[in-house]
Amino acid sequence: MEFHRHDVVIVGAGLAGLFAGLYTSREFDTAVVSKVYPIRSHSGAAQGGCAASLGNMMEDRWEWHMYDTVRGSDYLGDQDAQEIVCREAPLVIYECEHLGVPFSRTPEGKISQRPFGGHFSDFGKGPQKRACHAADRTGHVQLHTLYETCVKQDVRFYSEFFTLQLIFAENGACRGIVAWDLRRGGMHVFHAKAVLLATGGYARAWKVTSNSHANTGDGLSLVLRSGLPLEDMEFVQFHPTGLYPSGILVTEGARGEGGYLLNDKAERFMERYAPQKMELAPRDVVSRSIQTEIDEGRGIGGKNFVHLDVRHLGEAKIMEALPQIHELALKFTGVDCLKEPIPILPTAHYSMGGIPTNTQTQVLKNSAGDIVEGLFAAGECACVSTHGANRLGTNSTLECCVFGRRAGISMLKYLREDPCLPDLPQDAADQSIERVEGLLESKGSESAAQIREILQSTMTEKMGIFRREETMKECLAKIKELQERYKKIGLQDRGRVFNTELMEAIELGSMLDFVEPIVVGAIARKESRGAHFRKDYPKRDDQNWLKHTLAWKEGDSIRLDFKPVVITRFQPEERKY
Amino acid sequence: MIRTFRIFRFDPEKDQEPSYREYQVECPKGSTVLDALNEIKWRQDGTLSYRRSCRHGICGSCAMTINGKNNLACESQVETLKGVIWVEPLRSFPIIKDLIVDMEPFYERLKAVKPYFIAGTPPTDKERLQSPEQRKLLDGSYECILCGCCTSSCPSYWADKDFLGPAALLKAYRFVFDSRDEGTQERLVILDNKHGLWRCHTIFNCAEACPKGLNPTWAIGKLKQKVIREKF
Ligand SMILES: Cc1cc2nc3c(=O)[nH]c(=O)nc-3n(C[C@H](O)[C@H](O)[C@H](O)COP(=O)(O)OP(=O)(O)OC[C@H]3O[C@@H](n4cnc5c(N)ncnc54)[C@H](O)[C@@H]3O)c2cc1C
Ligand code: SF4
Ligand code: SF4
Repeated sequence: MEFHRHDVVIVGAGLAGLFAGLYTSREFDTAVVSKVYPIRSHSGAAQGGCAASLGNMMEDRWEWHMYDTVRGSDYLGDQDAQEIVCREAPLVIYECEHLGVPFSRTPEGKISQRPFGGHFSDFGKGPQKRACHAADRTGHVQLHTLYETCVKQDVRFYSEFFTLQLIFAENGACRGIVAWDLRRGGMHVFHAKAVLLATGGYARAWKVTSNSHANTGDGLSLVLRSGLPLEDMEFVQFHPTGLYPSGILVTEGARGEGGYLLNDKAERFMERYAPQKMELAPRDVVSRSIQTEIDEGRGIGGKNFVHLDVRHLGEAKIMEALPQIHELALKFTGVDCLKEPIPILPTAHYSMGGIPTNTQTQVLKNSAGDIVEGLFAAGECACVSTHGANRLGTNSTLECCVFGRRAGISMLKYLREDPCLPDLPQDAADQSIERVEGLLESKGSESAAQIREILQSTMTEKMGIFRREETMKECLAKIKELQERYKKIGLQDRGRVFNTELMEAIELGSMLDFVEPIVVGAIARKESRGAHFRKDYPKRDDQNWLKHTLAWKEGDSIRLDFKPVVITRFQPEERKY
Repeated sequence: MIRTFRIFRFDPEKDQEPSYREYQVECPKGSTVLDALNEIKWRQDGTLSYRRSCRHGICGSCAMTINGKNNLACESQVETLKGVIWVEPLRSFPIIKDLIVDMEPFYERLKAVKPYFIAGTPPTDKERLQSPEQRKLLDGSYECILCGCCTSSCPSYWADKDFLGPAALLKAYRFVFDSRDEGTQERLVILDNKHGLWRCHTIFNCAEACPKGLNPTWAIGKLKQKVIREKF
């Protein structure tokens, strides 16, 4: 076992973690622990852009951005956090530019901006160009630039280290983590005054997902296992167009350029659901429409996909405006979209819920807003809550930058007060050692891969776009069964060096942890709001449900509590587009 | 269709020498090599080790040698590969286990070229201006995902482990030709030596290997011109 001492330990090297590291490393010894090489983090997959009311193409104001974000969130977002995100957006975008991000440019040399779903001008009236971008590789350039700057500032990276546990002092303050060195095999204890969780998204719990294999929600599991709650887990966003069968993302641009959606009868079925906006209706509407076609047997050949057809646009237009789509469809499904329609289905994409924090990114332990000293969270794994019940496109990379930066500043402030660092308890890593050694020696008959597969298809079938009490209860029962089976798994690989089978088994353990609050929260929430749509309660119910869910794991079950939504500028109103 | 994969295997905790193992895999239309590896790992042999993450060609984790050519496993359609499919680690990188290679030497070379933005002039409270034409100079370099396919296929790198290699040089290009960057002189000094720019013999292997369609050879040529112009 090895020991390390740093002032700050950041778990996760995506946009959120790196932005924080950039700040803390200016004054304090900062370590970033990541289970993948930093530039392999999923932030690099973001394409569309990063929202900010720069007004480079047309007049824009942060108040308009805030209004869109509040409405987009179906009024479940906390408006104090939403105000911060929208106000600080120009600041972080300029900061990214100053660090060297190669944004696309306007003819005057300013950062180029383009339109995106749900973003409007003048309180929801006209169209708006708000998404700052670098071609369609925005996340890639932001991630690389932040990583490069951290290298410049001598941030200490521990790449391919898997975090297994949080360490708490006797007074309840978080004082470090335990991680497994994937490459060499071996347990490492990191002793620190402040710990930031920036472990990213977790849509890997679904079979059809746009997320990377690494997005298994480990950070959420760390928190649950430490006896702390998760917030609003029932809200999970499905993007309408994932490639069939994998769910790899086909951007909104394909429909923006005029792509049609067709069912098995070659009908443009959006006519039935959104005759005005057709394929360009909001994400949740289009996703529900596609799913309805599939559920009612009008998927292609009765299967669970429909067609996205761009052939009528012609080769010249496709190759000029949608080259990526052409490449994606060809490389990942073998379909040449010049000649054939693209098979697509809705895909689990983004998670609005996560680790509850205040606007200083301090992790909260209850509905009263008490904080866990020394523990911070930011990015997709956290819930402040910027996105409420539904996130707008391009608002997530923005949130990662704004709250990653704020996490850095918060930790700086905390460290300047020089919090005491008591000796580590002798047994700090015992639990992790037991877990890993247990898995390495396990001779059980169950296969982690098989359990994962069942979990993922169950989540896709029963916790998808449409929810019903009955099917959700079946889902919960299945999860309970899988949790039991998980205790009896056996590995084939018993080595220590780069044991990816071990890693996958631990990741499955994380997923089995955090899916439970998703289902329990969704069963409890008897209304439809944003991404949470219940066929048995199709209406939003502000009277009873304008509140956040908090979920704790207690023994074998999940305990729920609720807390009010912060409303400052905009009163809830009906959401019409 | 059932396809045969012949896969490079090496477990440092057990094996003295690497070996190859064959697997039969059912590959439906649209399967990629990564899908096939997953199929093997999850259903046939849990000990098979490789890196993977985003599975759509943007994170660069699954770079390996497939039928003799460096590529991303996630971007290689099985249908397009003929005969027995050979899967091996990236060439000339130290092997850790099976298809997993040590990327540290690759990153160290990258760090040598100061792969970060250098600008002493304090910015205003808005963006620095950069014309679309100036920005266009970065196309073909900023897209690099640092997968290592190019460097691994570069004969100059095989011969000289101190050679910076195409990926690091492409990164240097990305900053040298950025109108906002002020580190050109420092970088050119680093590049202008026999393990730098001049080790490249313009063999174009790197350009052929790049799964993102980038052309490090061309960028290296531009840097050579720049050095010559600045020197004389
Ligand atoms: C295909 C796709 C396209 C998208 N496009 C856009 C877009 O255009 N605009 C937009 O705003 N948003 C977009 N999003 C959403 C956005 O990209 C993500 O929400 C955001 O990048 C998440 O960043 P993050 O910093 O929270 O986490 P990530 O970038 O996912 O990083 C997570 C980090 O945590 C580390 N980690 C996780 N678990 C552990 C562990 N146990 N031990 C150690 N390290 C660990 C990982 O190694 C990684 O470094 C998109 C998402 C997807 C899937
Ligand atoms: S062109 Fe230069 S860098 Fe590229 S493979 Fe050949 S020698 Fe290597
Ligand atoms: S230039 Fe191409 S092959 Fe080389 S590291 Fe970059 S993306 Fe990979």
